[in-house]
Amino acid sequence: MADGRSSGLRVAVTVVLALILAIAPLPDPLRPARPHLLLLLVIYWSLSAPRLAGLMFAWLCGIALDVIKGPLFGQHAIAFLLVAYLTHKNQLRMRIFPIYQQTLWVLGLLGIYEFVMFWIDGIIGSPVTTWLRWLPVLTSALLWPLLVAMLDTWNRGRR
Amino acid sequence: MVTLSSDSRPIIGRGPPLGARFFFLALVSIALMVLDHRGGYLDVTRSWLQTAAKPLYTVIQTPFQIWYWMTGSFSDRSRLRTENTQLTDELRAARVKLLRFDALTEENRRLRAIRNASQGIGERTLIAEIIRIDVDPFRHRARINKGSSDGVFKGQPVLDAFGIVGQVTSVDSIGAEIILISDNEHAIPVQVNRNGIRTIAVGTGDIHRLSLPFLTIESDVKQDDLLVSSGLDGIFPAGYPVATITKVERNSAETFAIVEAKPLAQLDRSREVLLLWFDRSTEQPATAEVPSGSSTPATRSTPQAAPSVTPPRPESPRQ
Repeated sequence: MADGRSSGLRVAVTVVLALILAIAPLPDPLRPARPHLLLLLVIYWSLSAPRLAGLMFAWLCGIALDVIKGPLFGQHAIAFLLVAYLTHKNQLRMRIFPIYQQTLWVLGLLGIYEFVMFWIDGIIGSPVTTWLRWLPVLTSALLWPLLVAMLDTWNRGRR
Repeated sequence: MVTLSSDSRPIIGRGPPLGARFFFLALVSIALMVLDHRGGYLDVTRSWLQTAAKPLYTVIQTPFQIWYWMTGSFSDRSRLRTENTQLTDELRAARVKLLRFDALTEENRRLRAIRNASQGIGERTLIAEIIRIDVDPFRHRARINKGSSDGVFKGQPVLDAFGIVGQVTSVDSIGAEIILISDNEHAIPVQVNRNGIRTIAVGTGDIHRLSLPFLTIESDVKQDDLLVSSGLDGIFPAGYPVATITKVERNSAETFAIVEAKPLAQLDRSREVLLLWFDRSTEQPATAEVPSGSSTPATRSTPQAAPSVTPPRPESPRQ
């Protein structure tokens, strides 16, 4: 059993990496497909280290994303919060799911996230209505098994 | 399956219940959104936090800067030479143009003096670099590396060597965010250079296309007409090139023609842009008549405009 500090360090490192990847430039055709890596991390850490990564953690991640990306303070934050809440509610179930079923759940959570973002965009009067905006939901869900495999290996190796 | 972990005991029974914490943080988020959107009370906080995010930007920039430095210092002699000759040619052509331009400016100033209309002279520019970060693939925003410490202000016009790029939407101490004219929330008042017809060019979300929705089917525009800024918004100075018209479609059943234009500024390629300071109080629209009709916006900051005939104020970044 690792002590809390090293685990906390791991969480912090992954979050900083995800923030960098959230705004790193991509080639034009790939830009609309950029996965929501930070959100996947929030889900992952909510499942695997729920005491460390609580709702406050998810909310702070959302605020960080609002600072570097958002046109509006609190938009990413509330969407992250909702996803983290649902994950925490269902964490006992989600943790024992086989990976394909877990991926489907994550797909659902990502859909909810994107819908909240879309909704708030609409409320503040700058909706992005193209269907392409839903593409990250798919790419992120595809990334989920890979991310879980990678982080699980890392966590086990370092334990 | 998420296995792991250091600490995987459920959190049930610790601290306030999950629902209560969710409710509280959700309320905070909503409060933040309302404060930010309705009142803009969080501009200072945002600017501080953006300054704090500088290390992130630096990390992302570094590989690109190393690459530019490498290509710059290892480019071979022949390439430098061709580049040099090319630049010399361009400079020569530009000088000849400038000679004529100087004379015209002088003449223009004299004529304006006769008409008792002052023009904003003494414009100042500053070169800023576009930081290579990707904010949102569906919005045409960009970050530049000059901020309030260089005197950049909100609503400042941004140009490149070919035309108007956009305007500054938010400033912090180390950088600023600009909105490009092609963003679908941006609109810029323009006039056709050939005959002075005024209208508004609205961004479409496509970087190569602007739309001019307020031109009636009778209006005299044709393909390849040059659109210049009209200066009626008090944000962009008058007379800078914006776009050329690429398509005019007149359907006699409709009131308005379908007109599209292509921005002249290299919105997707420019790495360096010019920030422009001009004297707003003396800047006059190119044509000084009272604007009329719904398609022409009122000046935002010219007190000379008679308030009784001022149409509703346009919101240049419509947000």
